[in-house]
Amino acid sequence: TMLKGMTRLISRVHKLDAGHFLHTGSQAPQNLAAHLDNQVPVESPRAVSRTSESDPAKHGEQHEGQHYNIPLQDLKAVFPHGLPPRFVMQVKTFNEACLMVRKPALELLHYLKNTNFAHPAVRYVLYGEKGTGKTLSLCHIIHFCAKQDWLILHIPDAHLWVKNCRNLLQSTYNKQRLDQPLEASIWLKNFKTANERFLSQIKVQEKYVWNKRESTEKGSPLGEVVEQGITRVRNATDAVGIVLKELKRQSSSGIFHLLVAVDGVNALWGRTTLKREDKSPIAPEELALIYNLRKMVKNDWHGGAIVLTLSQTGSVFKPRKAFLPQELLGKEGFDTLDPFIPILVSNYNPKEFESCIQYYLENNWLQHEKAHTEDGKKELLFLSNTNPGQLERLCAYL
Amino acid sequence: MAAPCVSCGKAVSYRFFLGARVSLAREQGLWKAAAAEVQTGTASQILRLRHTTVVSTKKNIAALRRETYTLDFIKKQIEEFNIGKRHLANMMGEDPETFTQEDIDRAIAYLFPSGLFEKRARPIMKHPEQIFPKQRAIQWGEDGRPFHFLFYTGKPSYYSLMHEAYGKILDVEKHQNQLRAQGLFSEKTKTKDLIGSRWLIKEELEEILVEKLSDQDYAQFIRLLERLLTLQRGGAEEEFVQRFRRSVTIQSKKQLIEPVQYDEQGMAFSRSEGRRKSAEAEAVVYAHGSGRVSVNGTDYLLYFPVTQDREQLMFPFHFLDRLGKHDVACTVSGGGRAAQAGAIRLAVARALCTLVTEEEVEWMRQGMSGVGGHGCSHAVPECLSDSCSGYLKSVRRHLNVQYAGLRAPLFMLQNCNSIFQF
Repeated sequence: TMLKGMTRLISRVHKLDAGHFLHTGSQAPQNLAAHLDNQVPVESPRAVSRTSESDPAKHGEQHEGQHYNIPLQDLKAVFPHGLPPRFVMQVKTFNEACLMVRKPALELLHYLKNTNFAHPAVRYVLYGEKGTGKTLSLCHIIHFCAKQDWLILHIPDAHLWVKNCRNLLQSTYNKQRLDQPLEASIWLKNFKTANERFLSQIKVQEKYVWNKRESTEKGSPLGEVVEQGITRVRNATDAVGIVLKELKRQSSSGIFHLLVAVDGVNALWGRTTLKREDKSPIAPEELALIYNLRKMVKNDWHGGAIVLTLSQTGSVFKPRKAFLPQELLGKEGFDTLDPFIPILVSNYNPKEFESCIQYYLENNWLQHEKAHTEDGKKELLFLSNTNPGQLERLCAYL
Repeated sequence: MAAPCVSCGKAVSYRFFLGARVSLAREQGLWKAAAAEVQTGTASQILRLRHTTVVSTKKNIAALRRETYTLDFIKKQIEEFNIGKRHLANMMGEDPETFTQEDIDRAIAYLFPSGLFEKRARPIMKHPEQIFPKQRAIQWGEDGRPFHFLFYTGKPSYYSLMHEAYGKILDVEKHQNQLRAQGLFSEKTKTKDLIGSRWLIKEELEEILVEKLSDQDYAQFIRLLERLLTLQRGGAEEEFVQRFRRSVTIQSKKQLIEPVQYDEQGMAFSRSEGRRKSAEAEAVVYAHGSGRVSVNGTDYLLYFPVTQDREQLMFPFHFLDRLGKHDVACTVSGGGRAAQAGAIRLAVARALCTLVTEEEVEWMRQGMSGVGGHGCSHAVPECLSDSCSGYLKSVRRHLNVQYAGLRAPLFMLQNCNSIFQF
């Protein structure tokens, strides 16, 4: 039986990156050895829950329901800030990042593969009930685009920009608006890690004067603007604005493809929880970050795509059960986003559910002795109602 | 209260005067009466007596508390009660001949309305046998010789009962031997349905026998009766044993009037209601489905974000192993989050009764006390009876059917075979 394990291990190694052999290789023999005892038909659960195809571009219908592995190096490069916290914890626990390939993501991938870059950017909105996997689907798409060498503009959670901000400065650029230096600088740092290679390629097309002593000349790489924003926190918001403007302008030129991925886009059009010193509420458009982002999300540029996710979880002042675009975006947002392609992300279907349970079992995450049995699975099914988020929280107890 | 005091005060104080002059009654009235009768009371003596009553009255309080009601006294009380009953009937304009205890209660409640919360403190008029505690009649005659042959055992009625029971056992065995000798002995053992009744508890037995028992005595008695039960017995013995069994009002058995399932649009479903605290729920369970539950039109995952509530919903299905087989559409209102979950669970359990065989219904009612062994009967019995906890509290001993409170799903689940243990 050890021979069988070894051969399987070798075949796995061929498909994964060689660099990560050490990482996953050390894990695999233990898993295999453990499971050879427990599960007699070891072949089929593996086939159900995992696939060895780690390039999202090649994911197709046959991979639906299966988990694919993202090498950890890639994870840090592509997703410096984008993953939901629970998923990050799971990655840390299992020492591997596996995303499930699901139908909405496959659909979106299909559309993205067939985008016509001469047309204005198409907006796709992922919506669905709480916990169904919208954010992770977005991450899947981002991974795909990263592999395809697109420039990724990923705002992990727009809700973070409309609530609980400490320092609001009056904007240096436009007296009406307000700056958020902290959030902007954090985002700039992450943007830099995600898109290192583009920052030297793209050149700024205007001269920007920061203050009396500093300015960025026309033709200098975008990286400088980003640096300026990171070092001079006061100008961070303006740096973000400039980055967005430049990217929008230049994506049409065809040097790169731009993917704008915003999670929680309903934050752009709702209310904020922020108040000025005189306790008067601030509307979203008075925040410079939000204002620039809205411009980005309009489809008056071409050469890329816009993928948006609605999220009720972080939203302010919205009822818990609202998940439809109309409810979460409000009239204004809906009108602005109007021609968009809605993609519903729903709960697991039975095959996906089975696959998820197998994945947890493989990683020895479910310790209860009843977890393997049919009855146990039925119970979990009922209790989580096949909702991925609920299932994950439930399995955390077991 | 004064009357018995005075009547026994005479005898008592006489004795006390003979014995310890110091020990007088605690009550002022009694003391005064005694002092008045005992004409030896000079001022100084009374003063001395007054001085010393404080010290030693404590001993006698206990003795005087068990005031012995003489037979005459009780008889007089009964006569007074009956006359009073007729008067009351006249007052209320009813027929004195057919004036029952319920009528008396209603009349008293009408004539003396009381707002006291403690029901036992309100005015009552009942037969003296229910009011005055049972006491033993004097057990020896004038010559001092006791009536009962077992008097010197200290617990005559208990031992005579044991003798009686044992005598019955011997009789039955003799009868069986005779039958066996004649060859007519048949091995069939008819098992009487003992499920609806329980043995008397020790307090009740003490009340019947009017003497204190110890735990071992009680256990011995119950063992004897159970031994009698194992033998084949005739009608007389059956009656004897039944005297010592009390029926357990199994509310759930009474409640289970199951309407047979009926159809609509070709789908077989059953509908029933349930209540918990102030939440009311009505559930429609379809016989064939895939396990989708909708509450008030929304999915149960959205309606009950807390896992505990969804577990409550899961329980009836899980108990019957029918997790993915039924669809449910229910409406619920009132109460809080957990109360609504409990109400739906009850309604679903009741609805499932129609879709499920008889034995399973019995099994649900009894919980898994036969199967699991640790009395984890929190499946459906408490589901089926919505307010039996009050009754439970009054019976402290082990019952054949164990109930558990509807609340505390979490730590009850520890006993359960379910996958979730917290």
